Amino acid sequence: MHRYRFVFYRPLQLLPVLFGISIITFVLVRSIPGDPARILLGTRATPAALERIREQFGLNDPLWMQYLYFLKNLFNGEMGRSILYKVDVIGLIFERLEPTVVLVFGSVLVALLITIPLATIAARNRGGFLDQAVRVISTGGLGMPAFWLGIMLIILFSVRLDLFPVSGYGQTFLEKLHHMVLPCVTIALSLSAVLTRSLRASLLAEMQSDAAMAARARGLPENVVFRRHVLPNSLIPTLNLLAVNIGWLISGTVVVESVFAIPGMGQLLIRAIFTRDYMVVQGVAMLFAVASVLVNFLADIMTVTLDPRVKL
Amino acid sequence: MSAPLLKVDGLTVETKTETGTHRIVDGVSFELQKGEILGLVGESGSGKTMACRALLRLLPSSRLSIPKGSVRLDGKEVMDLPEDQFRAIRGKRVGMIFQNPASHLDPVMRIGDQIAESVRFHHGGSKRAAEERTIELLQQVGIPDPKERSRAFPHEFSGGMRQRAMIALALACDPDILIADEPTTALDVTVQAQILRLLKELRDARGLSIIFITHDLGVVAQLCDSICVLYGGRVCEHGPKERLLAAPRHPYTAGLMGCQPAIGATGERLRTIPGYPPTVDAMPTGCRFHPRCGNEVAECSRRQPPLEAYEPDHVAACYNPVGETAALLAKESA
Amino acid sequence: MPARRRGLRRLTGHVPQPLMIGAGILIFFIVLAVGAPVIAPYDPIYQDISARLAPPSLVHPFGTDNFGRDILSRVIWSTRIDLQIAFLGVIFPFIIGTAAGTIAGYFGGLTDTLFMRLIDIVLAFPFLVLMLAIIAILGPGLASFYIAMALVGWVSYARLVRAQILVLKQSDFAMAAKSLGFSHWRIMFRHLLPNALIGSIVFAMSDAVLVLLNGAAISYLGLGVQPPTAEWGIMVAEGQAFISIAWWIATFPGLAIVLLAFGFSLLADGLGEKLGVRP
Repeated sequence: MHRYRFVFYRPLQLLPVLFGISIITFVLVRSIPGDPARILLGTRATPAALERIREQFGLNDPLWMQYLYFLKNLFNGEMGRSILYKVDVIGLIFERLEPTVVLVFGSVLVALLITIPLATIAARNRGGFLDQAVRVISTGGLGMPAFWLGIMLIILFSVRLDLFPVSGYGQTFLEKLHHMVLPCVTIALSLSAVLTRSLRASLLAEMQSDAAMAARARGLPENVVFRRHVLPNSLIPTLNLLAVNIGWLISGTVVVESVFAIPGMGQLLIRAIFTRDYMVVQGVAMLFAVASVLVNFLADIMTVTLDPRVKL
Repeated sequence: MSAPLLKVDGLTVETKTETGTHRIVDGVSFELQKGEILGLVGESGSGKTMACRALLRLLPSSRLSIPKGSVRLDGKEVMDLPEDQFRAIRGKRVGMIFQNPASHLDPVMRIGDQIAESVRFHHGGSKRAAEERTIELLQQVGIPDPKERSRAFPHEFSGGMRQRAMIALALACDPDILIADEPTTALDVTVQAQILRLLKELRDARGLSIIFITHDLGVVAQLCDSICVLYGGRVCEHGPKERLLAAPRHPYTAGLMGCQPAIGATGERLRTIPGYPPTVDAMPTGCRFHPRCGNEVAECSRRQPPLEAYEPDHVAACYNPVGETAALLAKESA
Repeated sequence: MPARRRGLRRLTGHVPQPLMIGAGILIFFIVLAVGAPVIAPYDPIYQDISARLAPPSLVHPFGTDNFGRDILSRVIWSTRIDLQIAFLGVIFPFIIGTAAGTIAGYFGGLTDTLFMRLIDIVLAFPFLVLMLAIIAILGPGLASFYIAMALVGWVSYARLVRAQILVLKQSDFAMAAKSLGFSHWRIMFRHLLPNALIGSIVFAMSDAVLVLLNGAAISYLGLGVQPPTAEWGIMVAEGQAFISIAWWIATFPGLAIVLLAFGFSLLADGLGEKLGVRP
């Protein structure tokens, strides 16, 4: 149980990073030249509204005080208002959370469903045609832009074969599932390219390990050795790689949401950039960063759980 | 003499390198009786480990192959069996334990689960029955608190405990023959003694036959009934322990005996065999040992000497074997 | 042989296949870029209204878009911009990151700790999200893209170089240089850095893939290269509106990206194999 001690210490270590995230986001938005109040509220704001926000965020005070106001508001769940939607940023984010979360989890699931069989085939046919094919496909897959891949899938499966909807999110649970297939597959394909190489290398290393050989010496057939001793041990570094790449995954969802017109946080961010809706940009960017830090933390917990040797 | 449990004949292992095909194991032959502990002795590179891996068809790389050799278990040839039939021999008839148990045990699986896996695979039965058998086995190999220890992971054991666990794991399959590949080399002397005692007990209690691979003559003297000496991938000498220790025929064996420091001996220089063992791609012609041998004659560099029987159970391959005087000298300094 | 020379020595000798193919692909695109005026069959902005939305044919091998512009010519001309993106988008972070990593790794102590913290914070942001945030502030455009790239991308190089420097700091020849009384800067840049650079150069190749993809994605979103400049990402975006009637507009520019990226990947693998580094 003491292996989990770090769960208590780590949040303290993460605090500087979290503060750093808030500082960077704060500095970014404040570095826009011009009247901050007008920048944050847009050109149509009334003088009364402008005054209010100057109060709330201390925009007349020195920069370091503004940061403190910013933090205070943050802790109160106040992220400002969206110029475009005229609602609180935090409310907007909660609305848009579901599609993005579904996209992320769905992509990971599909990616694992693709990666594990592919890497297994490659490792067990080492040096053979299938292995080469998998390696070429995964190298090629690394270079496929997600936005293009998504469009290609739409052309094939939506336009030509009419199997899936072209865009959008849908209303009912089943409709949403249906809409999310192509977007998830798009991200999953790119993700698999990265994961397959890593998993294949781990599998090969494990297959040649002393422990695997000793298992064979006990008369266990190859597929039992693979299933019970090689694969589980190889998955641990791959899952770690997945967690480390969460930032990349989130970046992918931002683009894919645009391609498929999914009303998630990615699309919210893009639209906010075009409309100079800086409060929204600030809120979404920070949220993504914090989520990424959290996922890495969870990944460490997962590693400790799965691998009894690890001490963090 | 009754028919041997295991008869190895002309076992050969080849490796393909950039410089060509070389023999790591070259026509090794020996026999193992039921209940016998055979010490397979040689320096590193002598082919002792590779020969045993070849026995189990567990060669680590595709560059290695077994071009010829016969292995008979209970008189039945097994080398030409297809893989799925041969697999029935691994673990169940011939088991193996290794020098470094830490790397040979699955690090993310509990010890008990690994043992239970083998029990269920070879003997079937329920999970509960396998668990009970596991605890029994852990007890037999002398692990205290077996029930608790079975839930532990390999890295939580000490070196000696790990080796015992490894032995339990091998025993789970209930083999007739156990190949022990330098199991005590990495252990403290005291722990080493315990493991050797355990192996002897297992032989006495269940009639387990053991092939003990080592380069340590002290261990051989304690544990083994007979000794087979390998050099350069070939058998030099094979015979009962007492005879080989007291009156070896092959100059290499004599040299090895002479190298052993006697506890209590003072003032004497440690003897060594001059030179180094040959590498696989630079094997001497004829007898492998002749460049380092003190008894060399003309024929030695021309042809490999055949294994000659000096007694029914004592063979040596030498054109100019060690005589009585040399045997006495070896005995004196041992 | 002085360790400084060891790196260069490794460049001669056996050339792995991926390296050759990758280099070949890169050279192919460079030729396309340089020779665009000669190679491209049509003027990329010439609009042939009579041939709007024409499918691939002998006259227009990649078809035409809704303005009647030849896609093949536009793809060829876009090579200039995309190669520039891949190059400059790697070079700026490379220089900044290497310098930062060398200083942090060499001096250690507080400098190093501060750098590592900064790197952790920058890395906490998803790459694209941070870049988009910076572009949001600076306004869309290629210049903003390069600035954002420099501000965000330096981190990976800094980490890599720092790790190498930390190891090399302890090596024999570094100690020797120190005992000879060389100044810090001299040791850092003339002795340690050249050896540390090898890992970075291999990494730069695989980074080129990411930069290219990022640049194309940001342009696709409308925040990078601005029309009427022809760039592969923009072309894909333009083509998306017509996928039901003219699949070729979006497809071929994307294929160009895939091919160039594949070339960089092979280069990374090949160079890595050759120089004994994992990309």
